[in-house]
Amino acid sequence: MDGREQQDPLLDGMTHLVSSRALTGETMLLNMGPQHPSTHGVLRLLLELDGEIVVNCVPDIGFLHTGVEKNMEAKNYQKAEVMTDRLDYMNPIGNNLVYCLALEKLVDLDVPPRAQFLRVILTELTRVQSHLVWIGTSALDLAAMSVFLYSFREREMILDIFELVSGQRMMTTYIRPGGLWRDVPVEFEDAVRNVLKVMPGRIDEYESLLTKNPLFLDRTRKIGIISAEDCVRWGLTGPVIRATGVAYDLRKARPYSGYEQFDFDIPTHTDGDVYARYLVRVEEMRQSLSIIQQALDRLPTGPIRSNNRKFVPPPRSELGTSMEALIHHFKLWTEGFNAPKGSVYVAVESPRGELGVYLEGDGGPKPYRVHFRTPSFVNLQAMPLMSRGHFVADLVGIIGSIDVVLGDADR
Amino acid sequence: MDEKLKPAVSAMIDGLEATLIEFRDQISMVVAPEKIVEACRILHDNFHFDMLLDETAVDYWPQETPRFNIIYQVYSMKENLIIGLRTSLVGIHPHIQTIEGIYPNANWHEREIWDMFGIYFDGHSDLRRILMPHGWEGFPLRKDYPLGYEEVQFTFNSDEINLHKPYAKE
Repeated sequence: MDGREQQDPLLDGMTHLVSSRALTGETMLLNMGPQHPSTHGVLRLLLELDGEIVVNCVPDIGFLHTGVEKNMEAKNYQKAEVMTDRLDYMNPIGNNLVYCLALEKLVDLDVPPRAQFLRVILTELTRVQSHLVWIGTSALDLAAMSVFLYSFREREMILDIFELVSGQRMMTTYIRPGGLWRDVPVEFEDAVRNVLKVMPGRIDEYESLLTKNPLFLDRTRKIGIISAEDCVRWGLTGPVIRATGVAYDLRKARPYSGYEQFDFDIPTHTDGDVYARYLVRVEEMRQSLSIIQQALDRLPTGPIRSNNRKFVPPPRSELGTSMEALIHHFKLWTEGFNAPKGSVYVAVESPRGELGVYLEGDGGPKPYRVHFRTPSFVNLQAMPLMSRGHFVADLVGIIGSIDVVLGDADR
Repeated sequence: MDEKLKPAVSAMIDGLEATLIEFRDQISMVVAPEKIVEACRILHDNFHFDMLLDETAVDYWPQETPRFNIIYQVYSMKENLIIGLRTSLVGIHPHIQTIEGIYPNANWHEREIWDMFGIYFDGHSDLRRILMPHGWEGFPLRKDYPLGYEEVQFTFNSDEINLHKPYAKE
């Protein structure tokens, strides 16, 4: 260990990650973040710069680590679900969904068709609102301010729907093991139809501001290129891999929650750069709207929760008349239910990529181990690959194009 | 079990003395820890399992020995199949060979396991803590690590609690 390492607080144990030129002072070390508006949260990047050119970049995460996995081990299965909302705060319903799907797989619980359709509608709405945040903030990073204001206006419409169904704009916990918390209110259908009516025109509007904007093209084309082989090697999923021409989408590859019943395309592009990811995400919003339309048109009637009383609480109305319902209610809200010994790995397509959960039960009422394979965590690893050789100013575009959510990466 | 998985599974059973666990239609193979790199190599090279989806660990203290298990999920994009690998590690300070050479994205997953469980990966290029602060002591996801909490401050005890808070005081 030479003297310089101790002098330079930036290189805290990371000397082996920068080139020897950084140690002699030939290249410059620059700290970006964690408190930086264009790192989309608390992401720290240690940059090694040769003039304006990025020689290497070392992502440093963990600033938003909240110990969700440890906390979930101390709660029973139903109560642990509220923690999942807080992982990827742009995709709360998707997080609920993956946790519930894993739990339903672990205890072998059925979900009625109406609940599955409503789950699909809500997760697709979540995808649209997540992409709206992404299109706004990443365009803002590239100095196109107006898109941000428009996209957040539309996002409010979708958050209002979440508030309508669950009482909460973001931390919904609306999807529950075995179905949903309660049925959607009567206003729900009109509200969603209103979104479906308004959104296509608004997406065209964003596109008219960005897609052919020469300034935007200059900042996004041929920036942050990654090849399809590298995507597979590094486990990248979501719009990043689809922008390299690989049509890998879990909704088609391993359908869950009845996605096989809907007709939609997987948008892909072949360039693998920031612009390709932009085009893929914009098209994904249109496909999501089409899925919502189909699900809403064919929305079945019927129960919204499984009738398996060992796992799903009985309706409130039965408590006054049925002794058995009262026993189930008491048992479920005091001890909870027991899941068998065994482990499952279940994944869904979150707006950022493959969101997987590894859930292990030990026969008791608390999860023995929960692990989230989060797309932001895995996709961030490829930051150095994408950013080497580009200008510092392009880094913000690349971070935006991966669409990291640090709550998702740090858990 | 999916027909297309059978060659990979039988190759693991015959070549590496692995055992099969089938739970809720999901296949996982129990492999000895010294054979894990070879198992990944076979799955990657011979059976197109080209993507590492997830790598994590579980702690079975105190009821079971060996205490730690590592679980890998590998995915074949060509055949659209997932196979789980599971290996158990002996001791309180166990170590295992890294699979970074086959799946580069194991880098961060293994850093996370080191950070949370204190399992050392031999041959890893950059084994540092990833989520916890650099100077942290202990491994939070071990079962003998207590779940911490913060005492609620009221007017009568706020000064006393402030004294024990870990931030810099004026």
